[in-house]
Amino acid sequence: MSSEQTSTNQMGTDARSTVIKGGRIIDSTGERSGDVVVVDGRIASVGPDLDADVVIDASGCIVAPGLVDLHTHLRQPGKEEAETIETGSRAAALGGYSAVLAMPNTTPTIDSAAVVREVLELGRGAAVDVHVAGAITVDRAGDALAPMAEMASLGVRIFTDDGSGVQDDRLMRRALEYASGLGVTLAQHCEVTALSEGTCMHEGEWSARLGLPGQPAEAEELMVMRDIALARLTGARMHFLHMSTAGSVAMIAGARAAGLAITAEAAPHHFTLTDACCADYDATFKVHPPLRSAADVAAVKAGLAAGHLDAIATDHAPHTSETKELPFDQAPPGMLGLEYALALAFTELVDGGSMTEADVLARLSWQPAAIAGMSEHGRPVADGEPANLCVVDPSTRWVIDATGGASRSRNVPYVGREVRGRVRHTFSFGEQVVIDGEVQR
Amino acid sequence: MNGNLLTIAEMSTDEILEVLDVTDTMVEVNARRIPKVPALRGRTVVSLFYEDSTRTRLSFETAAKRLSADVMGFSVSTSSTKKGESVRDTVETIEAMGIDAVVVRHGSSGVPAQIARWSGASVINAGDGWHSHPTQGLLDAYTARSRLGSLEGVHVGIVGDIKHSRVARSGIEVFTALGAQVTLVAPPTLLPPNLEPWPVKVAHRLDDVIGDLDICYLLRMQRERMTEALVPSLREYTALYGLTSRRADRLRPDALVMHPGPMNRGVEIAGEVADRPNAVITDQVANGVAVRMAVLYLLLGPGRDALGEIPRDTTVEGSMPDTDTRAM
Repeated sequence: MSSEQTSTNQMGTDARSTVIKGGRIIDSTGERSGDVVVVDGRIASVGPDLDADVVIDASGCIVAPGLVDLHTHLRQPGKEEAETIETGSRAAALGGYSAVLAMPNTTPTIDSAAVVREVLELGRGAAVDVHVAGAITVDRAGDALAPMAEMASLGVRIFTDDGSGVQDDRLMRRALEYASGLGVTLAQHCEVTALSEGTCMHEGEWSARLGLPGQPAEAEELMVMRDIALARLTGARMHFLHMSTAGSVAMIAGARAAGLAITAEAAPHHFTLTDACCADYDATFKVHPPLRSAADVAAVKAGLAAGHLDAIATDHAPHTSETKELPFDQAPPGMLGLEYALALAFTELVDGGSMTEADVLARLSWQPAAIAGMSEHGRPVADGEPANLCVVDPSTRWVIDATGGASRSRNVPYVGREVRGRVRHTFSFGEQVVIDGEVQR
Repeated sequence: MNGNLLTIAEMSTDEILEVLDVTDTMVEVNARRIPKVPALRGRTVVSLFYEDSTRTRLSFETAAKRLSADVMGFSVSTSSTKKGESVRDTVETIEAMGIDAVVVRHGSSGVPAQIARWSGASVINAGDGWHSHPTQGLLDAYTARSRLGSLEGVHVGIVGDIKHSRVARSGIEVFTALGAQVTLVAPPTLLPPNLEPWPVKVAHRLDDVIGDLDICYLLRMQRERMTEALVPSLREYTALYGLTSRRADRLRPDALVMHPGPMNRGVEIAGEVADRPNAVITDQVANGVAVRMAVLYLLLGPGRDALGEIPRDTTVEGSMPDTDTRAM
């Protein structure tokens, strides 16, 4: 499909109006066809045969609220050689995102108002809306609570020690109690270090064959089990990051059925790749939690389809080629995701699963927006709403290359994989930050 | 082998047998008055050892020298790796000097496979992490074959810390490829997870299988396993898994006792048992040089067909014109 610009001034500047014509609108209220007019950062009208200064042909395309990533490592401050807020935001925009939640495992850790302010400031000129997650404990060390209230006063709604889990039961209980008083949500990276320390992949047939130390699924599941118990004890809201095992998905389903205020996410690599990918000792496939068995992949897909897992979150984790070329057991964990998540979800969960495109968009946009309390994202495509939108051509098939796209890193585990669905345009508060697959900022 | 020797798993049975057959020739060379032939003259072999192993390194270097290759040793402790140079940069630096093969030992599984992706030289795995030690497996198979004639139907018990052992993994691969039945004898804590797909049986007591073994292969028991709650004590390990004199008496009279060295006498093997005539531990060491010569020859030499041209020892050391060999 092609899209046409009728004006050379595509920046969606305030005075000009833009109409996205002929698309299939999918949002939290359902699915319909119609044109969408954007003026001054907001959706001015939605309906048939609308006109504006700039016309974007969206025939054959899906028009949806911009995607929201609950789990992005932008690496700034501290690891600018791997990614910056600017480059990571570009990758996000190209992936159809209008908002990302930056994880706090930076250097320094985002564990105080000062660092929150710094990251928010750096994010101000970015291609997407950069939100910040704060750490639960000081320096993510798991010893003392970080000043959550001072960070919450700057708009932080999610707290996590992502990269590791809060190991201490008592501290986690206190954190949940304290967080519930602030109305914020704790998000856990579930991994019991006593079972995972020194390991570099999933424990199973492949770790045995490759002679690599593995961590069992139970390293994740024991903490999921504990945190469900603590959520029950405290009544606090809780979000579970990157669920990767069949056992975890089953426990989440049970806890939700029991009425606990629990949400959970899965990462694209956990519904796409298995531990067999590690066979060549390519650390591109090293990630925490590790790539699991085929049965776990099937369970994650089923959990997303059934709605036990609310969100698809990328865990976009850039690392330089130098560090990814270290021996497998020494290389840092993590892989890129922002530019591939939507296409992987269409390919694996719609074509290779039982979900609809609308189901996938719910888990990529409005459901994660609700979890993170992002009131301006994932909104219905309706008059007066902020114009955070993506236009996706669902029929484009493309092959993922090794360039890493707009990211500063190239740790792409999907090279050579053919996927379906390509983001054509992304709007951030009315500004067209991606035009025909080209990022504008 | 595709120009490299990374694991035994990627060798066909015919390739394994070819190495063993060429080893016969190399054993003959090693028995000569001057055990040296010009087969690899002009070839350069680098040993790149990130983990100390004087025995394996000496064995490889001796093998290369007996084939007249030039040998460069890259010693990690005196090199730039201490200054933080990456493996890739080191390999590319060495390669720029013009080399034909690199013999790699590394404490992390998979490093030889990584190097093979970056390097045009032949990569020979001299042991990586818990993963693989293919020349050890080949020399074990050669040693066993030369004593037993064939490994078809032979029952091999591999005893001890299988989980952390590259020797065990390569042994399983080579023995099963040659038709042997392998039983792993270890407590569950020292076995790899998910053994179901492996072509092996498992026993948790040496006493259960000792009388049925043709080969009792003992692995070195490392003391640090005590601190990892894998076995309660060396004493208890020896009681269940050590080849004590009394247990060794229950072996079949023709059964072999093997060990990759270095031995902990009194732990996994009684000192007296290691010195019995059916213990072939020093044969393993001697054959190690010949097997590594065979591997180097097959990877770098003029080809199997030229084996007949390996000259008699009168031609050694350039005392005859180079035209006697095709070894360039």
